[in-house]
Amino acid sequence: MSDHALIVTRDVEAAIRRHGEATYPHECCGALVGRDGRVTATVALPNTTEEGPRRRFLVRPSDYREAERRSSELGGELLGFYHSHPDHPARPSQYDLDHAWPTFAYIIVAVANKSSHDMTVWYLKEDRSSFEEGTLNHGEDSHSNAAPAVHG
Amino acid sequence: MAKILIPTPLRPYTDKQDAVDVAGATVGELLADLTRKHSGLKGHLYNEQGKLRSFVNIYVNDEDIRYLQHEKTPVAADDTVSIIPSVAGGAPAVTEAPTLSNDEVKRYSRHLIMPEVGMEGQRKLKAASVLCIGAGGLGSPAAMYLAAAGVGRLGIVDFDVVDFSNLQRQILHGTPDVGRSKLASAKDRLNALNPEIQIDTYETALSSQNALKLFEPYDVIVDGTDNFPTRYLVNDACVLLGKPNAYGSIFRFEGQASVFGAKDGPCYRCLYPEPPPPGLVPSCAEGGVLGVLPGIIGVIQATETIKLILGVGEPLVGRFLIFDALRMKFRELKLRRDPECPVCGTHPTVTHLIDYEQFCGVTPAAPEPAVVSNATEITSLELKQRLDRGDKLKIVDVREPNEWQICRIPGAVLIPLGDVPRRYHELDPNDELIMQCRSGVRSAKAADFLRSVGFPRVLNLKGGILDWIDKVDPSQPKY
Repeated sequence: MSDHALIVTRDVEAAIRRHGEATYPHECCGALVGRDGRVTATVALPNTTEEGPRRRFLVRPSDYREAERRSSELGGELLGFYHSHPDHPARPSQYDLDHAWPTFAYIIVAVANKSSHDMTVWYLKEDRSSFEEGTLNHGEDSHSNAAPAVHG
Repeated sequence: MAKILIPTPLRPYTDKQDAVDVAGATVGELLADLTRKHSGLKGHLYNEQGKLRSFVNIYVNDEDIRYLQHEKTPVAADDTVSIIPSVAGGAPAVTEAPTLSNDEVKRYSRHLIMPEVGMEGQRKLKAASVLCIGAGGLGSPAAMYLAAAGVGRLGIVDFDVVDFSNLQRQILHGTPDVGRSKLASAKDRLNALNPEIQIDTYETALSSQNALKLFEPYDVIVDGTDNFPTRYLVNDACVLLGKPNAYGSIFRFEGQASVFGAKDGPCYRCLYPEPPPPGLVPSCAEGGVLGVLPGIIGVIQATETIKLILGVGEPLVGRFLIFDALRMKFRELKLRRDPECPVCGTHPTVTHLIDYEQFCGVTPAAPEPAVVSNATEITSLELKQRLDRGDKLKIVDVREPNEWQICRIPGAVLIPLGDVPRRYHELDPNDELIMQCRSGVRSAKAADFLRSVGFPRVLNLKGGILDWIDKVDPSQPKY
């Protein structure tokens, strides 16, 4: 576990889960918008992979630009991306690692049988050797021990 | 001098600037200057070979440099150069096979030291899934070797119960398993052999309704069936789903094996478009099989399955292997995909699963021919009563001599069905004749024949000697 921590509001968490359940058994993907480690909005993006959406997602450069534009419109910054792992645990794959950007938060939600389970957040290490798991906290809860980092 | 726009995740490396002024005449020169000024960027933009990473997109104005001149794309002072991420990822895929635990490394060490398998191949096996149709003669050795080899997910379809007559060849099952479901017995045996793998059992008869759904999650299908309707069903389902079928069949001393339904390869129907007339080709239950034969053929099926998963060697695609155990010889027939094939040809007429019982002319039910009316039959108990009463009856057993050696009804004479037309004059038309075989089918044919040549009093023993042993004389063995 690293020092990274990400706060998501209940609405954000619900939106990510809904998106993952809706696209099951395919992967969903979208952008995380907010400021100072707090995600306040998501931007659902089309999964444009050509390698089979059950196991892959791809956000095209044009959609990435759109995500940056929407982030500014919403008065926030682009903090990272989320995607789902249908019928797989919420842990990053080698493929995730090979394609990761530094400093971004990567939220993964596991979806099995159309219902979402664990949700985790990951950050690329500076030397690109692996991910570090961050702590996922809920925004509305004021006391810290009620922050259910959902482990994979 | 030109400007490069920096995306959000890279700004920590450019002192939070979203644009950096750099010098150069081409994209490559600009990027070189950029990474000179901000060295932290290098590892994220370029891979170990010094090439731009696949998810790093460089645009000159609104054009991707992949469609221009890549890094040699010239840049003028008023052009805008942007680094635009594509964001990709995903769950572990087949190309990213699971890793092996230390226990698994020990278990598979003889595979791991072979260059043709190695770590990569063993991980492919672990990621693979194979469905065995039947846990019988062929399914037993195939499933055991596939489990031992470390195929990660093994499915088995069967609905039968272990019988004493299975034990001569179906080595998945032991004597204490007689009476248990074959699947329960198979699962115990395979789990004991290799607890590292997942075993899924399907207690059902394979049918046109469930075949596609059952096959869908598996990479390779191993056909260990013993009848034509299921064989055609497995073939057609494999072709429709594009899955290879490691085929095997056995009879007495002869076995066959091939790989059907592989990409560009032939299918079972290219070889046999139509099934043989019902009853012409006997099954193992009718004709017998050498116990070790399914061992040889089932292991060939397992070998082909493993080769398909590893992608090594020459698969048995387009080749039909015939094995003769008596002469200990293998022969090979060349098979080509038939463009006229009704299921895998250029213009297929079979585009969904059909009624295979009907296709093979097999009507379920009716174990005895309809021509036999009740008036021409006698039951075991009636026969016993009449013998006890002292009625003068002549019992004619029309089985083969080797069957006669297993069990017989006291006082019966043996005339095998095939000899009846030649030897019926040994019988006295004045006698009342009781025709008898194993289950009553062959003897009904013999009874019909004798009536047709003028024997007035001919009865068929209903249910044959099996029923006689059940109802009258349990001391004798059944087969």
